[in-house]
Amino acid sequence: MTEALLTVENLHTQFRTEGGVVQAVDDVSFNIQAGETFALVGESGCGKSVTALSIMGLIPNPPGEITSGSIEFDGVDLLQVSSTEMRSIRGSKIGMIFQEPMSSLNPVLTIESQLAEPLKIHIGLSSAAANDRAQELIDMVGIPDSKTRLKQYPHELSGGQRQRIMIAMAMACTPRLLIADEATTALDVTIQAQILDLMQEVTEKSGAALLIITHNLGIVARYADRVAVMYAGKLREVGDASDIYAASQHPYTVGLLRSVPRLDSEKGTPLSPIGGEIPDLTNLPGGCAFNPRCQWAVDRCSIEEPELIEIAQGKQVACFEHASVSLSV
Amino acid sequence: MWRYIAQRILVSIPVVIMVGIITFTLVYVGPGDPAAIIAGDEATPEILEAIREDLGFNRPFPVQMGDWFWKLLQGDLGTSYFSKREITELITPRLQPTLSLGFQVVVLSTLIGISTGMLAAWKAGSRLDRNLMILAVLGFATPGFWLAFLTIWLFAVNLGWFPVIGYKPIQDGLIPHLHSMFLPVMVNSILASAFISRITRSAMLEVLREDYIRTARAKGASEFSVFIRHAFRPSAIPVATVIGASIAGLATGFVLTETIFAIPGLGRMLVDAIVRRDYPIIQALLMVVAIVLIGVNLIVDILYAYIDPRIRY
Ligand SMILES: Nc1ncnc2c1ncn2[C@@H]1O[C@H](COP(=O)(O)OP(=O)(O)OP(=O)(O)O)[C@@H](O)[C@H]1O
Ligand code: SF4
Ligand SMILES: [Mg+2]
Repeated sequence: MTEALLTVENLHTQFRTEGGVVQAVDDVSFNIQAGETFALVGESGCGKSVTALSIMGLIPNPPGEITSGSIEFDGVDLLQVSSTEMRSIRGSKIGMIFQEPMSSLNPVLTIESQLAEPLKIHIGLSSAAANDRAQELIDMVGIPDSKTRLKQYPHELSGGQRQRIMIAMAMACTPRLLIADEATTALDVTIQAQILDLMQEVTEKSGAALLIITHNLGIVARYADRVAVMYAGKLREVGDASDIYAASQHPYTVGLLRSVPRLDSEKGTPLSPIGGEIPDLTNLPGGCAFNPRCQWAVDRCSIEEPELIEIAQGKQVACFEHASVSLSV
Repeated sequence: MWRYIAQRILVSIPVVIMVGIITFTLVYVGPGDPAAIIAGDEATPEILEAIREDLGFNRPFPVQMGDWFWKLLQGDLGTSYFSKREITELITPRLQPTLSLGFQVVVLSTLIGISTGMLAAWKAGSRLDRNLMILAVLGFATPGFWLAFLTIWLFAVNLGWFPVIGYKPIQDGLIPHLHSMFLPVMVNSILASAFISRITRSAMLEVLREDYIRTARAKGASEFSVFIRHAFRPSAIPVATVIGASIAGLATGFVLTETIFAIPGLGRMLVDAIVRRDYPIIQALLMVVAIVLIGVNLIVDILYAYIDPRIRY
């Protein structure tokens, strides 16, 4: 294995809410290699965005706080650097795209000024040079008529185009890591594929790693090299995307896989969503948090917490019963 | 944009007419006989009748109103009962003090209101924030006349820094003019800025929760730039609304201020006219106020489009 670009170790991020302390990210460790596409998967509220925002140093404090762990990126621990240093990393070495294409661009600033901003901040380009570069970036993300686009405002663009602008903005300073937090969830299916293809294309071209956050395992199968599955703040399974897609060994992942249409399944196989409710983080069940919804659960599961252990080269699972878990059962 | 402005001016014509009808009617049915007011103390019934005949008070109400509107259209605001002079002529010298007061108060209260509001939002939750907002609450809970008398007592009577009364026109020099207006400007600005400050703070805090603010931070923008460049303009719409509303509030506030500080402006003129039952002047001034307020509203609406590119007319 080569030296990892990003190594997250024992990350704990919590929020103080009226209902009590929410451990949104609970002892999460994973790493992303330079240039690879890594997917973080899980249902709504499991802590995917909080993980990404922890990496970006954008956890709103209060109510949020990273209580322990380390995030090593390109040789520096992001949790130890000053806020000024962190600012110089955000938008230059790590770019991020968000879910909401409608509200993630500033409605009162032109596309040009928003695209030029990171170039001015991080590379120190003059306005004229930054504006020229902004036009090239629009061309790069495949929006026609870049010259007129520059002078337009976000509301004059479609959702897909706005997300392209977000990509252009995040890639402006050729970051080493691009984080896409549900960047395509709000878009039409056909546009989704285009945007994902574009993200893959631009990151491949520049050699950047891509962290895709999604709850859509179809995306994982098609784009990711490796995947981490998250449930209630903890990672439950980590491994090669193809391996997990074909032979997951965690009940939660299996549940997720059964709830999405698959290309390789026989025609007519019914989809079955995971039963039960997404747990309330302020009031998690004891033992394995998944046990109320798990068809493999044994007595031990409601008492003890399974640890994430390496069961094969590059494959980690947190489940007592992993040996008997498989998609076909 | 020009089309929109023209359209807005057109639709405000019926509003102006309505205001005209209302003011004319109110004054018409109001107490007092205009002929008696004009004739003064030694009026005989014959003289009163002659005056009524002469000025057309005997004509039916709609005819009188129509006549008044017709003259208004030609820029004739009528004649004062009291001084027998043209009202346009009487109003002209009164414009400068009121416009100067209005301009200074709007500029100053906007500056104070926006800067303290932004400061409070920047330091949201801190002691400074709390103190500023306590001041703001005091600001709009304080009666204007009380603050006016307090400042006169403190700064004019006791400290002697400013004149108690004694308006100096701009022709006497800008500094003496501003000096003579300082207390009334301050009193009105403090009251108006309290409101603007609160709205600025809450609008800023709301915008700071928007997704695009997170995007700006993700780009590596400094907190200062996030605040000024990304958050301020989107939050300016409610602020502009409040500034417009406080200008409307000033129109009434000035009646009080000009009376207390003896400023020879339109507000004073209105009070004098009411005391003397000089109805044509009251009617004329109410029309002027209505037109100014319609104009302010129009300007605020145009500002909206300037602030937010999504608004197009
Ligand atoms: N600003 C916040 N204040 C309080 N709690 C928060 C905040 N942000 C996140 N949380 C908590 O952290 C948990 C994880 O949230 P997160 O946004 O990471 O979920 P997610 O996996 O990204 O879900 P989604 O798919 O809906 O985006 C949530 O259940 C929520 O309770
Ligand atoms: S540990 Fe038990 S409850 Fe948890 S996933 Fe495995 S079998 Fe299910
Ligand atoms: Mg999320």
